[in-house]
Amino acid sequence: MSILNRSKAPKIAEQNAGRKLFGSRGATITVWIMAVIWTIPTFGLFATSFRPKADISSTGWWNLFLHPHLTFANYSAIFSTSTVSGIPNGIWPYIVNSFVITIPAVIFPITIATMAAYCLAWVKFRGSDIIFYGIFALQIVPIQLTLVPLLNLFRSGADSGAHIGSLTLIPGLNIAGKFAGIWVPHTMFALPLAIYLLHNFIASLPRDLMEAANVDGASHFTVFRRIVLPLSIPAIAAFTIFQFLWVWNDLLVALTFTGGTEGIDPLNNKLAGLAGTWGSHWELLTSSAFIQILVPLAVFFSLQRYFVRGLLAGSVK
Amino acid sequence: MSISKKGLLAGVATATVALVATFVAPAAYAGTSSAACANVGSGYAVQKGKTVEVFTSVVGDELTRYAAASADFTACTGIKINWNGSDQFEAQLPVRVAGGTAPDLALVPQPGLIAQMVATGKAVPAPNAVKNNINRYWSKSWRGLGSVNGTFYAAPNSANLKSLVWYSPKQFAKYGYTVPTTWTAMMAQSDKMAAAGQTAWCGGIGSGGATGWPATDWLEEVVVREAGATVYNNWINHTVKFSDAPIIHAMNTVWNWMGNSKYVGKVSTIATTSFQDAVTGIPSGKCMQLQQASFIAASLPAGSVVSPTGDAWVYYLPGINPAVTTPVEGGGEFYLAFNSNKATVEVQTYLSTPQWAVSRIKAAGSNGGWLSANSGVPSSTYSNPLDALSAKYLSDPSSTFVFDASDAMPAAIGNGAEWTGFTDWFANGTPVKTVAAKIDAAWPSASN
Repeated sequence: MSILNRSKAPKIAEQNAGRKLFGSRGATITVWIMAVIWTIPTFGLFATSFRPKADISSTGWWNLFLHPHLTFANYSAIFSTSTVSGIPNGIWPYIVNSFVITIPAVIFPITIATMAAYCLAWVKFRGSDIIFYGIFALQIVPIQLTLVPLLNLFRSGADSGAHIGSLTLIPGLNIAGKFAGIWVPHTMFALPLAIYLLHNFIASLPRDLMEAANVDGASHFTVFRRIVLPLSIPAIAAFTIFQFLWVWNDLLVALTFTGGTEGIDPLNNKLAGLAGTWGSHWELLTSSAFIQILVPLAVFFSLQRYFVRGLLAGSVK
Repeated sequence: MSISKKGLLAGVATATVALVATFVAPAAYAGTSSAACANVGSGYAVQKGKTVEVFTSVVGDELTRYAAASADFTACTGIKINWNGSDQFEAQLPVRVAGGTAPDLALVPQPGLIAQMVATGKAVPAPNAVKNNINRYWSKSWRGLGSVNGTFYAAPNSANLKSLVWYSPKQFAKYGYTVPTTWTAMMAQSDKMAAAGQTAWCGGIGSGGATGWPATDWLEEVVVREAGATVYNNWINHTVKFSDAPIIHAMNTVWNWMGNSKYVGKVSTIATTSFQDAVTGIPSGKCMQLQQASFIAASLPAGSVVSPTGDAWVYYLPGINPAVTTPVEGGGEFYLAFNSNKATVEVQTYLSTPQWAVSRIKAAGSNGGWLSANSGVPSSTYSNPLDALSAKYLSDPSSTFVFDASDAMPAAIGNGAEWTGFTDWFANGTPVKTVAAKIDAAWPSASN
C-alpha cells in the first residue's frame, strides 16, 4: 500500500504545480489581457454599428465615448425595406434561411454519426476497423475538390448524376438550389470528423456497463439509447457547437449550392454584398455582421459548459 | 430604451409582413401593363411565371437600380428577372458552369472570362435579335469584344471611359487657351503654357501598393492612338512585346509628354505624388491639365464647380494617328447566355436595346454614373453632363474602343511588373528599353 501511495504522490504534486501555474496572479493577468485584446475588434464592430455613416468614415470607433452620437440607422437600414442595402425585404428572409439551413445540417450529421460511432466502437463485425479508418481518411479530401462533382450530382437534366462512360451510377437528384441540396453537402462534409470524434468518446465508455446491459438482455438499440446516448452528451454537445458554428459561418458551400434567391440564400451570402459594388455602404456591414454573430454567441454560451469537456473527447483514449 | 423596443417590434412586424408578401408575391401578378410596354418596346411575347436569372458581380444599392430599371419589362412581359449579385462572381461563375448549374445570363466584366466560358462549350451564341441590335447600335470594336473566334456571344451592358483630360475652363478662359482637338494642337498649347511659365500637365501615380497604375493608362492611351486596336490587343496577349517597336515608340511619346520636365516640372515628383493629389491643382491653375478618368472628380478640392464653365471640366484626349478613328479606352460588361430558352432570349434581347439603356440611366438618378455605348440612347437621357460627354465618345459608331490593357494582362504584369517598372521609370528616369525589357522578362511563361 505504502509503495503505491508513494508512486502516486508525484503525480498529484505535478497536477498541483499545473494548478498553481495557471492559478497564479501573473497567469490571471495574462489571460485577462489576452481576453481583452481578442475582444477589442468585436467590441469595435459593435460600437461602430451604432455610429452614423459620416462619423464612421471620418473617425475611429473609440471616438464614440468622447462624442456619444448614437443612431439605429444602420440597423433599421438592414431590417427595413430599404433600397440602400440592395435587398428589398431586409435581412429577415435570409436570417430565416440561415436557421432553416443550419438546424437540419447540425441534426443530420450528429444523428448519423452517433449511431455510426456506437456501431463501429461496440458492434463487432468483420472489417469494422477498415471502415472506421476509411471514414477517418476521408477527412483528407478537400471540400473544394468535391464542389463541381456534387453540383453535377444534385442537378437534373442532361449529363447530371454520376456516370462512368454511358453507365449511370446515380441519376441526377434534382435537389440543386433547394434546401436539401445544401443540407446534404453539409452533412457529408461533417460526418468524418463527427464519427471520429464520437467514436473515440464512445469507445472509451466503461466496458462493464455494456456487458452488464447485455447480460440483462438489452439489445444494441437499448444500449445505445439508455446508456450510450446519455453518457455521450458532452461529446455530442461539443460537436453541436463545432458544426453549428461551421454551418452558420459557412460561405463557400452556401455560395456554391444555393440558388442566389431570397427563398434559400443564407445571411452570409448577402453580408458581403451589403457594402455595395463600390463599397459605398460598408456601414451596413457593421450592424449586419453583429446580427450574424449574435446567434453563434448564444449557441456557444448556452453549450459552453460542455465545450471544454467535449474538446478532450477523442484526445484521451 | 422604450424607443428601441418599439423600433424592434416595428421591425419584427415589418419583417413578418415582408415575409408574407414574399410568399404571396408571385400570385399578385395581374397582367401586361400597356404603359410599361410603351417603355419596353414591341416584339416581346408574354410569358407569365417565367424567371430568368442574371448572375452578376454588381451588389448592394447598385443592384437595386438594375431591378428598378427592369420593372417595366416584367410588368409588360410577365418575365421576372432575378438579379443575383455576388461579390464572388468571378470565382463562382466557372464553378456553376462546370457543375451544370449555370445561370441563364451572366453579366461578365472581362472579355477574358467570356472566352473562358465559351471554351467550356456551355455558353450559347447570341440570338439573331441581339445580333441585329449590336449591328445597329454599337461600334465594331464593341462587337469584337463580345465575340470569340469570330462568333458573336455577348452584348455589352454599361461602359466607362478613361480617355479624358481634366482642365479648368476658368483658367483656360483667363489665359486664352482652347480645348485642343488634335494631339499636335494639344502639345503646341502645352509648349505655350510652358513658355508662359505654367505647369502644363499635372501628374501623380502614387497609389500605395498600386503605385504606377495611372502611368499604365497613359501608355495605353498612346498605344491605341498610335498603333490602333489590333496592335493594342496583340500587346495584351503578348504577341506584341513591350520591347517591340510600336510599344517602345509609344513609351517615348509618353516620356515626351508626361516625362517632359518642360511640362510637368520635376519628373520624379510624379512618382511620389498620389493620383488623388494630382487633380487638386487644376482649379487654381497650379497645373493646367491632367489625364484621368471621370471618377477623379471626387478628389477635387471642396467647392469646386464641375461644369463646362466652372473650376474643372474634361475634354476628350485627342487622337494621334488619323487611321485610328476616335480611339477610346475604358471598360464595360457583357451579357453572356448559357441557354436559348424563349424567356432567356427575350430578356437578352431587351438588355441589348436602347430602351433598356435609357431605363437604366434613368434609374441611376441625378448623380449618374451609368453609361451605355449604345448609340440609340439620346444624349439628353443623361442628367449628368459629364456622363453625356463620355457617352458621346463611347457610342460614336466610328470609335475604336479598347479595354484597359493592364486589367486584361496577367496579374503578374498588369498589377505587378508594369506598375513597378513604370514607377522606376518616372522616379529614376530609367531608359524606356530597360523598363520594357524588365516587364517582358516578368511575363509569366505559361500564360495563354
